Amino acid sequence: MNELLNEITLFSVVSLGAIGGVAAIVLFLVAQKFKVIEDPRIDQVEELLPGANCGGCGLAGCRALAEAIVKAEKLEGFNCPPGGSDVMQDIAKAMGWEAGESTPMIAVLRCSGSRELAPPKVRYNSLMTCAFAHTLYAGEGGCPHGCLGCGDCVTACTFDAMYMDQQTGLPVILDDKCVACEACVKECPRNIIEMRKKGKKDRRIFVSCINKEKGGVARKNCKVACIGCGKCVKECKFDAITLQDNLAYIDYDKCTLCRKCPPVCPTNAIHELNFPVRKKKAEEAPATT
Amino acid sequence: MQQLKTFVMGGVHPPENKLAEKGAIQRLDPPKMAAIPLSQHLGVPAVPVVKRGDQVLCGQLIAKGEAFISANIHASVSGKVTKIDTVTDTSGYRRKSIIIQVEGDEWLEGIDRDQGLVRECSLDAREITKKIQEMGVVGMGGATFPSHVKMMVPKGKAAEYLIINGVECEPCLTADHRVMLEKGEELMVGIGLQMKALGVEKAIIGVENNKPDALAHLAKLAADYPGISVQALQVKYPQGAEKQLIKALVNREVPSGKLPIEVGCVVHNVGTAVAVYEAVQKNKPLIERVVTVSGSSVKNPANFMVRIGTPVSQLIEAAGGLPEDTAKVVNGGPMMGKALNDLEVPVSKGTSGILVFTGAESIRPPEQNCIRCARCLTICPMGLEPYLLAALADKKRLEECEDERIMDCMECGSCLYICPSGKPLLDHIRVGKNRVGKMIRERG
Repeated sequence: MNELLNEITLFSVVSLGAIGGVAAIVLFLVAQKFKVIEDPRIDQVEELLPGANCGGCGLAGCRALAEAIVKAEKLEGFNCPPGGSDVMQDIAKAMGWEAGESTPMIAVLRCSGSRELAPPKVRYNSLMTCAFAHTLYAGEGGCPHGCLGCGDCVTACTFDAMYMDQQTGLPVILDDKCVACEACVKECPRNIIEMRKKGKKDRRIFVSCINKEKGGVARKNCKVACIGCGKCVKECKFDAITLQDNLAYIDYDKCTLCRKCPPVCPTNAIHELNFPVRKKKAEEAPATT
Repeated sequence: MQQLKTFVMGGVHPPENKLAEKGAIQRLDPPKMAAIPLSQHLGVPAVPVVKRGDQVLCGQLIAKGEAFISANIHASVSGKVTKIDTVTDTSGYRRKSIIIQVEGDEWLEGIDRDQGLVRECSLDAREITKKIQEMGVVGMGGATFPSHVKMMVPKGKAAEYLIINGVECEPCLTADHRVMLEKGEELMVGIGLQMKALGVEKAIIGVENNKPDALAHLAKLAADYPGISVQALQVKYPQGAEKQLIKALVNREVPSGKLPIEVGCVVHNVGTAVAVYEAVQKNKPLIERVVTVSGSSVKNPANFMVRIGTPVSQLIEAAGGLPEDTAKVVNGGPMMGKALNDLEVPVSKGTSGILVFTGAESIRPPEQNCIRCARCLTICPMGLEPYLLAALADKKRLEECEDERIMDCMECGSCLYICPSGKPLLDHIRVGKNRVGKMIRERG
């Protein structure tokens, strides 16, 4: 009886051991054959990125950006909007490269057609998304380029950097929270939101209107529309302002933030942000002309 | 009683409310100022051939449709072109239009304005199609697809049936009904011309059973015209949709994403057939159309024959003025129509009705959660799953939307009508369709 048991045990141990041995060899060979050599630096770079997977860099997520950076062996041409230049510096330090200078950007709303300044003529009573409202009509105020006020951009923002102002019916962008991931820019069906240079001390000057209609038509719908008069173009000494299709545009690379153009705009369509209050004149109420 | 023909899948039966049914077509005076949009048809906008300051006559060509899918546009009034500028049209946006200051009512020579019927036609098939193209005839049912394009049967395909759509399944609208009653003879000749152009032997006029007078009238006339038959149909929305009508009349199914010619059918509206008659026999371009003005609060619901370019406000004025409690004015039928954001928009070739709704009628029920009753599935005439499409479109899962055949949706609005939870199913689906369409175009 004992002998029989011993025999069975011995047989099991030997046969299982043999199978295990063969399997180990096969696995080893397969592993050798299909070996993937991954650069350990990818993990290192990914670790340094914010991990929000916002897609602001134009790639699928942080991992994709890390792979692209390591593959290119340089930082030029890559930008992590939420991380900013700090993260890029860190990566450069870790990799031992020279860090490129990345310009901090921020989203700006190029429409000021609030309920007061562009009074609603009709009432919208349908699905509250801009994507749908855009297919239906020009908008409550009648401006075919202006903000529809349904808040698709606010929904798209994953950083809590936007909210709808119930008073004006326009979205508000919070300077300190916006990371320039461009999610709102992509979401807006009317391309109202633009990424602009954050500027020195967060100071920015921009035309807060994208209406390309003739002055009279634009003005009828909205008191603060750009009417394409060209006064700002004449005023600017740096050729930063161009006029196209009845609309002025300020090139943020050329603009020196001299503050000459906002006062000449007859409709107050040019906005200046985060500047100290002007000394001579008190801040004008918008659209008194 | 024999069961009437209809399409099989889905369908709803909204209250008909055909208030203007008994109102004979009234001719409205030309407006003082006519704004004629350059994009009144599906496809590429027409290119103006007149300039500011030009004197034009009624029926004169003022814009040419140069692309393949485009249509000519003619002056609907006589007078002076004051400007070519953007004007808010039925799309809700400002579009390029030719604005004419009306002076008198002088017509271009060569247009036969006599009401007498002309039956004989010596033109051959190609000449008829050319004439239709010249005169800027487009589908009058609302989609405004250029008619001459439908007349050109692609190589390797043959048309077998000409189907004439006299269904008018949209509630409230009565324009086609009145056309069938009052212009029956013209309709028959027009159908004859279309049959000749297409080279088909058989034409069927489909009319829903809620228009017994039109049915009887057409059946009597059809006896005189070989090849044309009239078929009564069960009342069901959306029977006036091309695919549903083909299914109802000849029991053929148009494959997904294909045109009716695939199953040997060409579908035209009754209004289009009359326009074809006028274009070919009377040399008269498409410059006026019948528009229903209706609504429970409207004083005199009526059908008007109006010039293209007449402001909508003039039509409402003619029907007794805008009621005080008006909350919404809709261009088109109550199911598929779109609210207007300005009452000065001009009537275009596709305006079949102007409906006035009071506050209580126009309010949407508050949206609640889906209760999984599956009513939207039961009534979808295309056999889609509206609740699913709406949810997927809302979540931007576009590939899945495409797999669920979102592009087959014809936006008839039955799902939105039937939903007991008041969910804006169609609105979500429309957004999804736009996005999926864009995705497909980008893919190339």
